Amino acid sequence: MKGQHRFINRRTKVVIWTVILAIVLIFVYMFGILIPDEAVAGSFLNAKLPPSWEHFFGTDALGRDLFMRTLKGLSVSMTVGIAASLIGAVIAVFVGIVAATGSQYADAFVNWIIDLVMSVPHTILIILISFAFGRGLKGLLIGIAATHWCSLARLIRGEVLQLRAEQYVAVSRKLGKSGGWVLMHHLLPHLVPQFFVGLILMFPHAILHEASISFLGFGLPPEQPAIGIILSESMRYLSTGMWWSAVLPGLVLVMIVLLVDRMGEYLRAIIDPYSAQQ
Amino acid sequence: MNEALKRIVRVFFTYSVRTISLLLAVSAISFVLVNASPINPVQQYIIGFGTAVSPQQRAEIEDYWGVNEPPIERYFSWLSEVLHGNLGESALYRRPVAAVIGERFWNSLALMLCAWLLSGVIGFGLGCVMGMYQDRWADKIIKKCCYILSSVPTFWLGLVFLLVFSVWLKWFPIGFSAPIGVRGEDVTFGQRLYHLILPAFTLSLASFSNIALHTRQKLIDVFNSEYVLFARARGEGKWTILCRHGLRNILFPALTLQFASFAELFGGSVMAENVFSYPGLGSAVSAAGLNGDVPLLLGITLFSALFVSAGNMIANLLYGVINPQVRAFAEAGRNGGFV
Repeated sequence: MKGQHRFINRRTKVVIWTVILAIVLIFVYMFGILIPDEAVAGSFLNAKLPPSWEHFFGTDALGRDLFMRTLKGLSVSMTVGIAASLIGAVIAVFVGIVAATGSQYADAFVNWIIDLVMSVPHTILIILISFAFGRGLKGLLIGIAATHWCSLARLIRGEVLQLRAEQYVAVSRKLGKSGGWVLMHHLLPHLVPQFFVGLILMFPHAILHEASISFLGFGLPPEQPAIGIILSESMRYLSTGMWWSAVLPGLVLVMIVLLVDRMGEYLRAIIDPYSAQQ
Repeated sequence: MNEALKRIVRVFFTYSVRTISLLLAVSAISFVLVNASPINPVQQYIIGFGTAVSPQQRAEIEDYWGVNEPPIERYFSWLSEVLHGNLGESALYRRPVAAVIGERFWNSLALMLCAWLLSGVIGFGLGCVMGMYQDRWADKIIKKCCYILSSVPTFWLGLVFLLVFSVWLKWFPIGFSAPIGVRGEDVTFGQRLYHLILPAFTLSLASFSNIALHTRQKLIDVFNSEYVLFARARGEGKWTILCRHGLRNILFPALTLQFASFAELFGGSVMAENVFSYPGLGSAVSAAGLNGDVPLLLGITLFSALFVSAGNMIANLLYGVINPQVRAFAEAGRNGGFV
């Protein structure tokens, strides 16, 4: 009850924080996209420089500015992350609805498919899918999307099962509305918040996987600036004392992941009816 | 007793059927994926020779590999060979895939076992501490650490550890499972352990937060129950309650969760092995993928699925057989309810 005496209540505070986080993330993303290619071009004159005011993160072995490269790589990673989690979330909604509204066999089949995806370590499955598409952006995207929909699909399935037991759905049915009508008017609108929260919470996993797979050499091509590639390059110069190229880009990645995660939790707090009244 | 044994057999049987169907599907899907690849495995195999190959020899190799047969026929001949224990020959290591996997699995197993035990013990211990001091500073700090650690990629954690402990402090070697320049059979147990510490520590730090947060929640549930309230009224202290009521209730769910996390463990070990150049399955699978070594890639994929299924099987047996609360659930023929 402490919050009641304050000028802004907790809910408003959470909303404000969410907006601030969203603005920061969009800013980072736009900044990374708008960096021209010249800014990440190398020059051997200033190779292997430690961090300074001129180069915040120092430069790498080819003299490229690491701060610019990290930000540019981050926006590439975020693009991959957004696309992959969007595909994953759409798959999850589709599969979840099929499992919950279809026949018993469809449900069993979906469960079996989820077990199938879970029975191979995700890193290995993404490597395989990336291999199938000849190592590149496309394989990476499909691989990440194909491995990340499972838990959201289970959530959606549970949600739809619960919704179908509601009285208004039964009334709708009794009034002679078709299954498709009920789906469009009663089920899907209720799934929208779940969809967005699931999407945003899937996003950090997606960019972490993107970085890991690029680090192994299966994702983006080496000339593309991406966090995983910068870090895998930095491994070669680790013993020569170039700590900045290993530590700083990774730190930025972790911070972005934490920010997105926090934003997802805030959004859930806003949308979730149990905490929305606070 | 007889009843319990029957139940074990039944759960084991239903789950075995499911596992076999999953493994068959994994083999089919990975075969399809590898077939769809634009990377030509025969070409990669020939590059591995290091010498020029005449078109006739190439045709012979293609014939032996069955490249020109229809894919379905190829799949079944591959599957029957796999079932006979022949996984083909690795283009990268020039040895049978089964031998490569067999040798590297022991390295990986040592790494994963250490990390698994360490993350289990650390996670369970910290989870107990968090649950007992709920909403106090210890709980808050550890919880924050868990959330942050679950957002840190394993390979970056490995890089930072390598930088701090190997390059700056020089406490640990940079990589490999044994000192360079020492023959395989001369490596002592101590040396192996010494090379194992840093990768195992990295892997366990990357995976303990899940078990810690799970244990915390379970312990909080126990502490909020009425029997604990009554125990408090009898004058039992926190530690007595933990030992008498807490551990019994949370140990098995935690163990189950730990067994069910084999997939994450394996995936994490792929990253850790690549950072530390540790010669296990994880570094082999990425090398196989990068060099187009199809037999090895398929072999390790199947093996990893087998490994994960074994963990899930143990988790299901633990969950369904030992825990009386879910016996009825397990008898209905459903597999475990955990996510």
